[in-house]
Amino acid sequence: MSRNDDNWLLRVRNLTKIYGEPNDKTLSLTGPLFNSNICPETDSIVACAEIDFDLYPGEVLGIVGESGSGKSTVVKLLYFDMEKTLGGAWLRPYTNGLSNILEESNQKKRFIRNNLMGMVYQNPRDGLNFRFSSGGNIAEKLIMAGQMHVGDIRARASDLLNKTEVPVQRMDDRPSLFLDEVTTGLDVSVQARVLDLIRELQQDLGIAMIVVSHDLSVIRMLTDRTLVMKDGRIVESGLTDQILQDPQHAYSQLLVSSLL
Amino acid sequence: MVENKKYVNKYNFAFIDEATKKEIRRKLLKAVAIPGYQVPYSSPEMPISRGWGTGGLHVTLAVIGKADVFKIIDQGSDASVNACNLREFVHMMTNCKTTYDTTEATLIQTRHRIVEEELNENQIYIYQVPQPEPLRSVERYENKTRQMHGEADYAKMWVSLYESFVRHGDIMFGAGYPVKVNDRYVMAPSPIPKWDIPNINDSKALHLFGAGREKRLYAVPPYTKVEPLEFEDVKFHPEDFSSYECFKTGYNKAYLDELYFDDGSKHYVINDSNFLDKMVGHAPLNQHSNKYLDKLKHEQE
Repeated sequence: MSRNDDNWLLRVRNLTKIYGEPNDKTLSLTGPLFNSNICPETDSIVACAEIDFDLYPGEVLGIVGESGSGKSTVVKLLYFDMEKTLGGAWLRPYTNGLSNILEESNQKKRFIRNNLMGMVYQNPRDGLNFRFSSGGNIAEKLIMAGQMHVGDIRARASDLLNKTEVPVQRMDDRPSLFLDEVTTGLDVSVQARVLDLIRELQQDLGIAMIVVSHDLSVIRMLTDRTLVMKDGRIVESGLTDQILQDPQHAYSQLLVSSLL
Repeated sequence: MVENKKYVNKYNFAFIDEATKKEIRRKLLKAVAIPGYQVPYSSPEMPISRGWGTGGLHVTLAVIGKADVFKIIDQGSDASVNACNLREFVHMMTNCKTTYDTTEATLIQTRHRIVEEELNENQIYIYQVPQPEPLRSVERYENKTRQMHGEADYAKMWVSLYESFVRHGDIMFGAGYPVKVNDRYVMAPSPIPKWDIPNINDSKALHLFGAGREKRLYAVPPYTKVEPLEFEDVKFHPEDFSSYECFKTGYNKAYLDELYFDDGSKHYVINDSNFLDKMVGHAPLNQHSNKYLDKLKHEQE
């Protein structure tokens, strides 16, 4: 899998999310240099800013950082759970990567969500509709992706339900999957099974994934490349092994030394 | 019927004032322009309380003219209380001719049934609707359901049909089976039984729906495609009356009511009272035709 400039799957440029009313200086007065993501002039909060990265087909990209560093915000923006303030994202399977998916209409966004992306939330409640049965929840995803044959849906649903009881909800053949703190809050034995499952999926189906976690062991086990985030900015990016063995940024060094 | 003139003169023709009638007619035009779309309207005060047929009554009174012939049924019957009272009221306020005869009527108001006889192009069919929102059972917030309609996002509706089938082996909608109108909006066909659903499809008459309590109007124009929601392998089917028959006529290709006699014995009778009368009196009948009924008739031959 060559990773040249042209074969990216998901391209993210200048992705920014600000709460409140920012002014011209907001972005230059926040960030890791100031050790804060709150603008001293306007009190607006910079959840994430100037996020640039490419995700390549079949690759697993990790995002690490402390609580409040904006790592979940990034995937939620990409999965349309939140509205971006600035920036854009381009997805290769959608219009060959020519249109900014964050500026599409709601219908188009839903199509992309249902057919080209998947998300596994930290809290299963966010991804499931508790008014429906577990089979119904799987059926909903399949129906949304255009499957209208009850027999097929049932076969697929029971297949998936037998596979695992862990909170993994979307295992369709989507080109990209976002995992937001999947193992946080699970006990170790279940955690290991979830990680096994994710690796299996990744290897069997070649899905590109973004794994968000504050757990460096999860990142080390799953990912090829890693972004380190702090105060809404990317402070370091590179091969996972490299970052864990030889962190360059002061914050990455702190993170590695405190968690390993 | 000259004595009714005294009411007609005391009130505006058809009770509602002209400005409000105009408002309702404009909303109806919008509803006809977007088949299946629910249009909010004023739902003005009536001498009966909201939820007792005011929606249908608003529509009737807004569209009725002096030359109209009015028929009203409640659950298929011309003689039940709701129908009698509303017929009397409309007659008092308009002095229009009223009738039981389906073919003679130009304006038919109904509660929960479509007549068995085929409707024609000169007829307007008006429904009293208790719950206009088909998505209410799966989504309780109005702003959400509106957004879902706007984006044609009906996945939740489909899942509830799926779950109903998985749990019960059939899609359990006794009445008000959701339909898709003109390949776009999912619509609650007022709670008419499944038997009647195929009769809205490609109908020659104009169908107008009024929900007074919920303050919504919607419409199905003539010759519009109306399809019940169905899966590729689990299909919609109307009620099955093949093992029963009407105790008066022996007919079983009409919607049947269950009837208990004083001795406890169970019988079935045709629900549409005018259809039953005509059949008993051997009058000529022109029943609706749809693919389900045609199949039934074909099987019997």
